Amino acid sequence: MSTRADAGTLASASDAAARPPRDGVQPPSRGGRPARSSARTKARIAELAFLVPALVYLVLFFGYPVVKNLLMGFQEYTTKTFFTGEAPFVGLDNYSAVLSSSLFDKALLNTVLFTAGSILGQFVIGLAIAVFFRRSFPLNNVLRALLLLPWLVPLIASAAVWRWILDTDYGALNRALQLLPFVDGNPAWLTSTSLALIAVIGVNIWLGIPFNATILYGGLQEIPEELYEAGALDGATGWRAFRHITWPLLRPVVTVVLVLGVVYTLKVLDIILGLTNGGPANSTQTIATLSYVRSFKEFDFGQGAALGNVLVLLSLLFAVVYLRLNRKAVDE
Amino acid sequence: MSAVPISTTPGTDDDAPVTSAAKPAAHRWISTAVGVVIIAFMLFPLYWMVNVSLQSGGGAVATPWFPAAPSFDGYVQAFNDQGRNLVTSLVVSLGSVVLSLVIAAPAAYALAQFRIRWATWVLFGVLITQMIPGIVVANALYSAFSDIGLLNSIPGLILADSTAGVPFAIIVMRAFMGSIPPSIVEAARVDGAGQLRAFVSVVLPMSRNALITAGLFTFLFAWGDFLFALTLTTTEDVRPVTLGLYQYIGTYVSDWSPIMATAVLSSLPAIVLLLVAQRYVAAGVTGGAVK
Repeated sequence: MSTRADAGTLASASDAAARPPRDGVQPPSRGGRPARSSARTKARIAELAFLVPALVYLVLFFGYPVVKNLLMGFQEYTTKTFFTGEAPFVGLDNYSAVLSSSLFDKALLNTVLFTAGSILGQFVIGLAIAVFFRRSFPLNNVLRALLLLPWLVPLIASAAVWRWILDTDYGALNRALQLLPFVDGNPAWLTSTSLALIAVIGVNIWLGIPFNATILYGGLQEIPEELYEAGALDGATGWRAFRHITWPLLRPVVTVVLVLGVVYTLKVLDIILGLTNGGPANSTQTIATLSYVRSFKEFDFGQGAALGNVLVLLSLLFAVVYLRLNRKAVDE
Repeated sequence: MSAVPISTTPGTDDDAPVTSAAKPAAHRWISTAVGVVIIAFMLFPLYWMVNVSLQSGGGAVATPWFPAAPSFDGYVQAFNDQGRNLVTSLVVSLGSVVLSLVIAAPAAYALAQFRIRWATWVLFGVLITQMIPGIVVANALYSAFSDIGLLNSIPGLILADSTAGVPFAIIVMRAFMGSIPPSIVEAARVDGAGQLRAFVSVVLPMSRNALITAGLFTFLFAWGDFLFALTLTTTEDVRPVTLGLYQYIGTYVSDWSPIMATAVLSSLPAIVLLLVAQRYVAAGVTGGAVK
């Protein structure tokens, strides 16, 4: 921090010192207040100019949408609005309509189940894979790189292939299950109301494993080898080494992975639309997909915005945790 | 980033438990076998994508497990139906890379190196953007874009898709630029370079790796975008391949091979980037999350 401060003063000082001779003007004395402070102001403005494009973009594409959604949540904002330009304020009508519909309870429950199930699965399997890849063995690097692929492929492409894999009659999964002795009948993964949410969670777990495994692997690599050597002397190997050395030291990374995972999973939309479109009979409808339906299928942007705001509120609960975690990283 | 995670240092005691170089070679190859099985499970859907794309006349019947007689009919149809959409995706993605880097690189530098008291707050703001659902952004942008005529336009999609790239690029590049010694920039400044010239001719070349990482991911984010394609386009004029694929699933389910061929084509950038730029990809995954 202090070196940076020095650099800052150095910069403005050298500005003041370097410029005047070139302009053919008498160099101002060290104490020459007006010249020095105007040079500093100039430098200051030049510095701020670096931030301006980003600030403008963030305000327009994040700040504005948040404010606009808050307003729209109180407005009757429909197709008519696009023709007449009128969006009368209706108080809490949108919220009461949205919250009182039975679909909301279902979507909220689905959102919670989807998020919790996805995170649990991704994290446990991701951690197991990360621990496994800590071993040193031939091709370790190559395999770890390949693991990233599912995460990099467009979500909608993954959704498309999973749709075919999970097909009731001809899907690869059911055909593989048929080979097992104790399975009879074909589970209708995506078309039965009782299985669709499970299937969608399963696919989302598959999608999230690479991210979880990679971040957790990075965290594991930070743990010094000597601790395990010392632990082994005290008889801590295998599970005990994991419980008493790995887990406590991995905690910060674990928290970050979990909170990020929750925040990202809450707003998932692509994979659900691609797999089931929220169906069958709304059995995979979440707050995020319902907001999409209200706005872009039924063109009731007011209700869509209200649902979007509920989603933001859910995320904000986690944001508090997230920012606390990041404060340390930011201050460094 | 060390390539091999664990190495034995000569002179340490022989029975260090985790150091597996001491283990017999056979034992280590067993681990490799287990690793291969894990990855095979994880990559099966991608294999299936390729397999189905190569099957001929793939009606809605059980797909053979292997493409014994590969046919490229699916790809021919995919190119006919989606060729234009692939080009649209490419243009939008490249545009988003340029826009995101132009916006994010100076900001990242300012946040990393300048003494700005509220820099922390800007960074908080950048982190908070991660919590704003895409559907909220889409909701507001739809009416705004409709007012200013950016619906169904390439610039509109570039602007919207960069909502993923800009914050990510700022975070990744700021982490890197913080490690550039200020004295190097100072040297250039003493030589008479202005703040901007020092940035362009000293900082940017030094940050090459961070720029590549940020650029790669920005490209993948925009390429994979589905939500903005779905909500901010209403006609077929401007249609990214992700949306083309989504509508394919809805209409053509009688024949899966062109659908899967399109899926493979839309996955190619990810595969190519992972092959040629693996270290940047790995850096991006960790850099974006933990910083």
